[in-house]
Formats: sequence, structure tokens, C-alpha cells
Amino acid sequence: MRFLCIFTALLSISILPPRATQAGDALTLNGAGATFPYPLYSKWFSEYRKIDPSVEINYQSIGSGGGIRQLLENTIDFGASDSPMKDEQLAKAKTPLFHFPMVMGAVVLTYNLPGVHQPIKLSPELLADLFLGKIFYWNDPKIVALNPEITLPDVPVMIVHRSDGSGTTSIFTDYLAKVSPEWKSRVGSGTAVKWPLGIGGKGNEGVTGFVKNSPGALGYIELLYAEKNNLQVAHLKNAAGVFVKPEAKSITAAASGFLREMPKDFRVSITNAPGSGAYPISAFTYLLVYRNLGDGKSVDAKTEKLKRFIAWALTEGQKLAASLYYAPLPESLSAKVRMQLKEIGSKELVK
Amino acid sequence: MRNRAANLGDRRFQRTLMALSGSVVSVLGLIAVYLVKLSWPAIREFGLPFFWSTDWDPVKDHFGAGAFIFGTVTSSFLALLIAVPLSISVALFLTELAPRKIAALVAFMVEMLAAIPSVVYGLWGIFFLAPLLRLHVQPFLSRHFGWVFLFQGPPYGIGMFAAALILAIMVTPTITAICREVFRAVPETQREAALGLGATKWETIQLAVVKSSWSGIFGASILGLGRALGETMAVTMLIGNRNEISASLFAPGQTMASVIANEYAEAESSTHIAALAYVGLALFIVSFVTNFIARRIVLRLQGGASR
Repeated sequence: MRFLCIFTALLSISILPPRATQAGDALTLNGAGATFPYPLYSKWFSEYRKIDPSVEINYQSIGSGGGIRQLLENTIDFGASDSPMKDEQLAKAKTPLFHFPMVMGAVVLTYNLPGVHQPIKLSPELLADLFLGKIFYWNDPKIVALNPEITLPDVPVMIVHRSDGSGTTSIFTDYLAKVSPEWKSRVGSGTAVKWPLGIGGKGNEGVTGFVKNSPGALGYIELLYAEKNNLQVAHLKNAAGVFVKPEAKSITAAASGFLREMPKDFRVSITNAPGSGAYPISAFTYLLVYRNLGDGKSVDAKTEKLKRFIAWALTEGQKLAASLYYAPLPESLSAKVRMQLKEIGSKELVK
Repeated sequence: MRNRAANLGDRRFQRTLMALSGSVVSVLGLIAVYLVKLSWPAIREFGLPFFWSTDWDPVKDHFGAGAFIFGTVTSSFLALLIAVPLSISVALFLTELAPRKIAALVAFMVEMLAAIPSVVYGLWGIFFLAPLLRLHVQPFLSRHFGWVFLFQGPPYGIGMFAAALILAIMVTPTITAICREVFRAVPETQREAALGLGATKWETIQLAVVKSSWSGIFGASILGLGRALGETMAVTMLIGNRNEISASLFAPGQTMASVIANEYAEAESSTHIAALAYVGLALFIVSFVTNFIARRIVLRLQGGASR
């Protein structure tokens, strides 16, 4: 029966392939985690295979939460997540774990307003009001005040959010919680939240589908999907009070704005970044790597290979990002991240 | 000698089959045990109120599956409400009225519906059915029947109504196929007797065919119900995934299967994972209970028919 299928699926998620073994003459590295960077990662892995044929990297995009769980259970060699791990998760790691910001992305607001061809402007307060269900029609005076040059139609606002737990939701709600005290106390932030209103679409493609088909809809998706589907995206007022279009330049600027406050382990949310050019709902996506994959007494081959790959991805790999609508890290940050790479594979035993 | 060897073979055969059947039964048991184990933290924390509480808040780590149980049961029964009369009509047409060639063709087409993957149903639902409902069906219903609570609220297209419709389409082939077999099993003599007594075609179908087939029709519906209760993908894509109980058919809802599919991969806290497993357990129980009740009804109907 149908319900059996679900549970066998659940079971099979927890039985991923065992820790990497030698496959043929190439060394295999197994990774799992975030779905958001998957298109870029698979591009990276196949390009890197051409450079170093002695290593093969497998990656399963099972979601950030799943990646963290698998990593902590030592079933994979590296994890990937859109949001940094929490302290209590890090405490479960057998050896120190490092966060490597690899590339950046943004969550954008897309809408379906017949007859409106210019991008609309939204402010953080307005956005929170819309998602809290305080504004019912698109021609509400508050929206009109920000967009005097646009004739907004008299259609009801239909909020579309993600129904599946998602890093995208986590980034978006993190931003709302930062800019709206009411959102923070009423809803909070996380990969899945209790939405005050709206309908849920499964995946970026589900939200995109609903927005495309429903006049009056407003939803949030990753920039990649908006670009690929030629959707209209709103310009958002950032912390400096400037309305910014989401694009590679403004996303990279968000990381630049945070450089001075960047913690040593890079675990930071860069939403609502300072700086006049920064798009406010930007985020890193991380690779999660143990200091040592082996026993820690000697540098094992796998740790070394993984280290080399990350070094490549942070330099040559960044050039591939833009073509897939990801934003590269600012050069100054990338240098800092490469410094951290020295920690990987180091011999001292901690704990 | 020979006889004994044959007996030995027989015994081995019997034992093998027994072991295989036993393994299938034990899978059921293992799933139940595993589910209880996985959901134990949530069972201890939320207890029985989990089944009717509608507060599902992953941020505050507070969970209740009331809205999902309502969504699963409502969407499945609505689907049956549409699919059963439809399937009976199709099956009657195929067995009693249609010329043989047309019957074979129509039966084949109906069975093809069962071969369509559910994600394809979901896509079709999003891009064809939902806009159709939003632009034409729902405005019509709310204009003429808007005074009924079932047809109130903004027409989103997607929602409980769309999910029930897609489920109805998905379970129709199953119910039709079994109804057809049931009607075929009605002895020809029974039809001839009715005709002989001067019954019209309509009366013959009513008296000789349908009346003696109720338990079979009911059994067919239960198999359809089983599919509808657990259907995940197409429903998730169409129901709107809103954790709320709403009286209106136009409003979005959420089912047990879809909340598991939606939230499991990215669930962060261990309570959240346990709560999702608890939802799975609830689905298991709901399916079990409905199947059990249905079986009892089928048995009673059969008892009544033989008397």
C-alpha cells in the first residue's frame, strides 16, 4: 500500500552508502546536503574530475538538515548546508568541524501582477506586514506610497511560501525576524515555520508554479529560479535605505558589508547587511568538513584530496558561479576562507 | 520410496512458502515497531492530544497532527464520494451496455489512468486543473452556492477541492476494475430471470446486478480508499499545504503523508523528527482502522446477501 512506500523511503534515507571506499583506482569522496548549491556543485565536481582524475566526488542533495545529520553520523565525508550548524549540533562532532563558505545566493520576492511591467519596490516593514497578513490588496496605500509611478491593480494579495522544510525558508524568515520584532515573536525563523497565512508550494518549482498561475500572488524563491523562469522580482530596501535589485554584484556586496564583523568560524547570517549596494536577503552556502577524516594521527589521502578540491573551488571554481546565477565570494573573504583551509588535515589531536 | 520423496518435496515447498509469507507479515510488524521507536520522544511529550491538537510549530517545537488527520480523511472521503458513483457507472456501462469492442477500448483507457505516475498527475493538476477551477468552476460554485459554507472563501484553484478531484481521478481505475469483475461475476441466469419477469434493462441492472454486488462495490471502494489515504505527491502539489482545518472546500489544507514528505528532509530538531514519525504512526493507525471497519462492513453485507 501507499503508506508503506513512504516509510521505506524514510528508511532508505537513513541508509546512505557507507563511508567512501576505493572505487577502481580513483578515490571516492561522498558528500550530502543542501539542494540550493547543487547545480553549481555538480558542475564543480565534473570540472574538477578533469583536473584531478584520481578523485571522484559524489554528492547527494538531500537537504541541509539531512546533510548535517549524515555528517554527524559519519556516513559521509563532507556535508553541505545553507545555514550554519548550531552550537549543540557542533558539540556532537567527533573532531572539530569547519564551515567553508563556498558561494553566495539570494532569496528574491516574485509576484504576479497583470499589467505591471516595472519591478515593484518593497520595504522590510511592508514585506513583514504582507507576510503577517496585515495587507489585503495590492493597491493598499502603503504599497502605493512606495511605488507612486506604478498603477497597482485592485487584486487581493495571495502569499505563497515553501511547504517543504528548506534553507530558502530559513534565510527568508531569518531576515524577517531581523527586520520585524513582531515577526520574531509571532513566527520566528527556521527551515519550516508556522505561517500566519498563505498557501504552500513544494520546492522552488512549486512556489514558482503557483505564482505564475495566480494573479495577485507573492512568493519567495531563489534567484536562480527567478532568472531561469524570467519572473519579475521586487527591489528591496536594504539597511542603508537604498532599493536594490538582486543580482551577483549586490549579493557579493552583502558579504563585503559583513567582512569586519565576520566571526572566525564564518558562522554568521548576512541578511540585512550594511552597505548601500547590498541586497538584504543574501546568504552563504557552506561545505562542512572535519579536521581529519582518518584517525587524526597521519594525514590521510581523502582529507588531502578534499582540501585541494576546496582550494580549487575557492579560486578557479568561483569563475563558474556567475553563469549559474550564484554570486562569488568577495576576494578578501575568499582569502580568509583559504587561510582556514590550513586547519584541515593538520595533525594535532584535539579532544 | 517415491511417495516419501514427494512428501519431502511437498514439505519443503510448504515451509518455503510459509517463510516467505511470514517475512511479509514481519515487515508489517517491523515497520510498526520502528515507527513507535522513532516517534517515542514525541509520544511521550505530546501524548494523545497530538491527534486533535492543530498547533504545528517547528520553531517553538510544539506539534499536533489534528489538521493533517482532518486533511487526509476529508480529501480521501471526498475523493471516494466522487469516484465511487463514477466508477460504478463506468463499470456498468462496460459490462452491461457497451458493445464488446468499445468496452475493451474504454476499459483499456481507464486502466491506463492507473499507469500515470502521481507526480504527472500533480503537474497536470497545477497547470491545468487548478487554473480551470480558479477561473471557471470555483467562481461558478461561489456565485450559485456561495451561501453554503463549503463554497466560501477566495478561489485559489488549489486546495482541498483540487486535491480531492485529483485523488478521485487516481482511484477511479482501481474501483472501476474491481467493480467490473464483481458485475461480471453476477450469474447470467439472474439477469435472464429479471428480464423474464418483464423487467426493463434499467430495472435488470438495478435488481439483478447492482443489488447483489454491494459487498463487492464496497470492497472496491476500500481499495480505492487505501490508495487515497496514502497518496503523497499529487496531493502535496495541489492541496496548498496549509496546516489548518477549514470548513470551505476552496481553502488549502494538509495531509499526513504530505507533511512527512515536506518536512522530513530538512527537519532540524529531534523533536520535529519524532513528531513527523508520530504523524506516520497516526497515518498507519488511521489506515488500519478504516480498513478494519470496512472489512467488517463487507462481511456484514456478504452475510446479508447470502440470507
